[in-house]
Amino acid sequence: MQLSKEDVKKISSLCRIRLSEAEVEKFQKELSTVLDYVSELQQVDTEGVEEISQVTGLSNVYREDEPQQPKISDEIIEIFPESQDRLLKIKSIL
Amino acid sequence: MELSYLSISELHEKLVKKEVSAKELAEYFIAKIHKHNSTLNAFLTMSEEQALQEAAVVDAKIAEGKEIGILEGIPYAAKDLFCTKGVRTTASSKILENYIPPYDATTVINNKTAGAIMLGKTNLDEFAHGSSTETSAYGPSHNPWDTSRIPGGSSGGSAAAVAAGLAPYALATETGGSIRQPASLCGICGWKPTYGRVSRYGVIAMTSSNDSPGILGLSVKDLAITAEMMAGYDSKDSTTANKEVPEYTKNLRTDLKGLRIGVPKEYFIEGMEPGVEKRIYEAIEELRKLGAEVTEVSLPLTKYGSLVYAIVTPSEISSNLARFDGIRYGHRSPEAKDLLDIYEMSREEGFGDEAKRRIMTGTYALSAGYYDAYYLKAQKVRRLLVNEFANVFNEVDALVCASSPNVAPKIGTAKDNPLFGYIADQLNIPGSMAGLPALSIPCGFGAADDGTQMPVGLQIIGPQWGEQTIFDVGHAYQQSTDWHKKFPKQFSE
Amino acid sequence: MQSENTTEDLNTYRPIIGMEIHVQLKTKTKMFCSSPNNPDETKPNTNICEVCTSQPGTLPVINKEALRLGVMLGMALHCEIPEYSKFDRKHYFYPDLPKGYQITQLDQPMAKNGYIDIEVNGKIKRVRINRAHLEEDAGKNMHPEGLPYSLVDYNRAGTPLVEIVTEPDLESAEEAKAFLHQLRDIVRYIGAGSADMEKGTMRLEPNISVRKPGESTLPKYKVEVKNINSFKFAEQAINYEIARHIEELKEGKIPKQVTMGWNEKFNKTVEQRSKEEANDYRYFPEPDLPILHFSKEFLEGVRDSIPELPEAKRKRFSEEYALPIADVDALIDWKELNEFFEEVVSELQDWCENEDKTKDVKVLIKAAANWCLQDFAALLKTAHVDPLESKVTAQNLSQLVRLIDQGKISGSAAKQVLVEMFAKGGEPSRIVEDLGLAQVSDESAIADAIAKVIAANEKAVADFKAGQEKSFGFLVGMAMKELKGKGNPQVVNDLLRKKLAE
Repeated sequence: MQLSKEDVKKISSLCRIRLSEAEVEKFQKELSTVLDYVSELQQVDTEGVEEISQVTGLSNVYREDEPQQPKISDEIIEIFPESQDRLLKIKSIL
Repeated sequence: MELSYLSISELHEKLVKKEVSAKELAEYFIAKIHKHNSTLNAFLTMSEEQALQEAAVVDAKIAEGKEIGILEGIPYAAKDLFCTKGVRTTASSKILENYIPPYDATTVINNKTAGAIMLGKTNLDEFAHGSSTETSAYGPSHNPWDTSRIPGGSSGGSAAAVAAGLAPYALATETGGSIRQPASLCGICGWKPTYGRVSRYGVIAMTSSNDSPGILGLSVKDLAITAEMMAGYDSKDSTTANKEVPEYTKNLRTDLKGLRIGVPKEYFIEGMEPGVEKRIYEAIEELRKLGAEVTEVSLPLTKYGSLVYAIVTPSEISSNLARFDGIRYGHRSPEAKDLLDIYEMSREEGFGDEAKRRIMTGTYALSAGYYDAYYLKAQKVRRLLVNEFANVFNEVDALVCASSPNVAPKIGTAKDNPLFGYIADQLNIPGSMAGLPALSIPCGFGAADDGTQMPVGLQIIGPQWGEQTIFDVGHAYQQSTDWHKKFPKQFSE
Repeated sequence: MQSENTTEDLNTYRPIIGMEIHVQLKTKTKMFCSSPNNPDETKPNTNICEVCTSQPGTLPVINKEALRLGVMLGMALHCEIPEYSKFDRKHYFYPDLPKGYQITQLDQPMAKNGYIDIEVNGKIKRVRINRAHLEEDAGKNMHPEGLPYSLVDYNRAGTPLVEIVTEPDLESAEEAKAFLHQLRDIVRYIGAGSADMEKGTMRLEPNISVRKPGESTLPKYKVEVKNINSFKFAEQAINYEIARHIEELKEGKIPKQVTMGWNEKFNKTVEQRSKEEANDYRYFPEPDLPILHFSKEFLEGVRDSIPELPEAKRKRFSEEYALPIADVDALIDWKELNEFFEEVVSELQDWCENEDKTKDVKVLIKAAANWCLQDFAALLKTAHVDPLESKVTAQNLSQLVRLIDQGKISGSAAKQVLVEMFAKGGEPSRIVEDLGLAQVSDESAIADAIAKVIAANEKAVADFKAGQEKSFGFLVGMAMKELKGKGNPQVVNDLLRKKLAE
């Protein structure tokens, strides 16, 4: 499966990674290699097979509606790259 | 006093008999780490102050004549994928270069509660994407048996640390070979738990449906001891089973009479090194001597395991790594001029090539129009793999094969080969995808490309929740062999 | 698909409106973590933890109560609850979405195929509900005017939401408003949330298009409108859009399929820049959360605990209490007030049963309704107090109603008593005593006062007897003055008339 440069640029935009031109070329080759590698999977007959997303077989896992202690909100704010009056600060969204 | 390579029980006894204090024990390993880390690059961050404080607590307890638990005062290393409160956690990535978690992973709390002493955080492939530690943003780790070779990955730092006697045991994780393969390449023991047996809470996620936090250690008995501490239901991880944790250590068998062992023929792949193959057959013979009934079995879907993995893993990675965006923590590009810059430049600067490769592959596989052909298809084949294993475990109690088709290659072999990991781990991946437990234990040495004798690992795969069975097989093997007592000269003399 | 009850005049422009509503659930903690869920928290980034700020290594765990309330809401909307349900990840990058994906439900929502019946212009119309599902809310972004940065607060991030999507069955702003009203009441009645548009605990995005005359299929475009914060704005925005679309259609154009934002300052919609160019959400099942399997027992348990819904209560109030429609509507609109009212009614009914079987309790009930809806409601609104949490107990109010009925105090004195009770609490009879508000109804005392007044006001008496009705009022006033304002007006009136007639 061969990806075009456009494909790679679209993907990198979707996943928010700014690639250089050289990287676009490099990854175009490498991603295509991986996609070729997995193409053989299409040969497996999966007619009527349900996908599995949880190998444990668990279901109905939940928790009681009770607040947890302790609160680490101050520590989390400390970790923000930039903050102002307890708010996270970033470049303008608009 | 030579304290490296002693088992947990032996160290515990020394503490109880007051032959050594917890402080001395910690200081011993800390010193050894300082001596050898520049050669091995096993550790990224040390937590000495914390370790000595914790050791002091244990010593006070001993001084008061109180009884201490088997792990109390025992030092360990933690793969830098485990969030440790107050101690830098990087996932071996630049994007978390200065990240200090505000909370502890549940498994870290388990260790703390058991009184174990964390020495530091070990190197890995960036975000666990790899099988050699060469994708680490902080340089590869080196195999203590031959420092020009890889220790395996992604838990290579932990494996190197244990193999070099820098820590009695280490926390590690496996998604598709990341415990077994480094254990095999470094000649030590590794336990990859049943998915859902050990809490993932606080372990930086790679493949949510597969990640299994486990242990690298010096013997199966030590794995069993630490398994009892690591395993169990966690209310913070919805994928852990509410199942009792058996007394693995107490129940360990030393003979294998009546145990049915299957040897999957598809696991003797073309390209397997002859030295490896030989050692595996010898090990299987040893298991027969111990009373096991050995038969050949067939797992025809084996070859598709890596393909399923190569889709599911990047897909879930692309999702799990979306949170590393320069917004709330981690690296934020100083050159960013607007919001899009923050996202695109922080991620561009912060992620290494393999991470980018996987994120992009996954983004593509999940995108509109491709989901059915890739992710959905892979998860269907995965169910077939699960069923295949379940069927074979109706006939046998455990499967035995090689952990890795080769001994440790030289550093640099994996470079820019996007398929390296998938091929290196093809014997581990199918079992992983099915969520099964497995061990890797040393079973001899094989010749590398240049004739160097390097460790070979025996892999034991059990049915879901079959930890006891695989511990039994491994422990019995270690009663009549001593491969697990061989250590690299450079660090054991 | 067209709904069944419309009068279709194919030769007009006919609006087609569907709604997407987000209801914030009132749980103690968030949807997937144990951080407190408090929409009134003003201190930024206080109700946050490692999970809802997506620190590395964190995992979601489903809030059992959110699940229960979500399913209950689905049931109250007459939805089918499937046997299996699950969560999915929906990916997009935005600063208020910590994980870079939202945990929501895609193809296996917890509820689907329901409806709400609304009444507009005396006609009942069924509005179909396509689905209701659970998901987590995002944080809040703030954009200080004119500055090159934005600020983010994660207090709201991760709080539980139910997203409700209707079929495009609505055909006017009026219908939309009736629908929202009903939905809001249902949400409040089952205790799922406050469903307050001004507070943001219920958010609305209508999808609007207009069919041209003669067009029988669905239009090929639709416009989504955001930023609507009240029923009033919803009505205005929808009407504005309908008019705008008709304008364009008349000009032969097809309205652009965009997202519009309601601008309350200028009373118009404005085209909004879309957040994501490509809406490729890359959905896949949430691997960190096992599937939900709703057992019969669970579903029965939820169904059995559904409180009385607005429609049922409305019917009951009309039938049992014989109250006029306006009163019933007003009471149904305010759940806590009608609960208080029913407690008062219960006290009154008890009293009639045990103390005075001759009394027609319906008269008392009407009086109670008046007091609740007028004076009591006014006090509550001014002080921002919940009817069930004020200092006035149901017992107190029922006593007050009885005191008036028994003639022991006048209406205006009762108002004073209520104000006193509201401010300080206490039993009405005691307050009447303390404030000296007891009405004099004793006939002999009143007769004495009247005799005095008649004797002292010969001219007025003569004027009255000569036909001046006004003088009667004057004499009543004098009598009341004599009685220090405490005379029972009815008795004073009657006795004075009798006396003057002699």
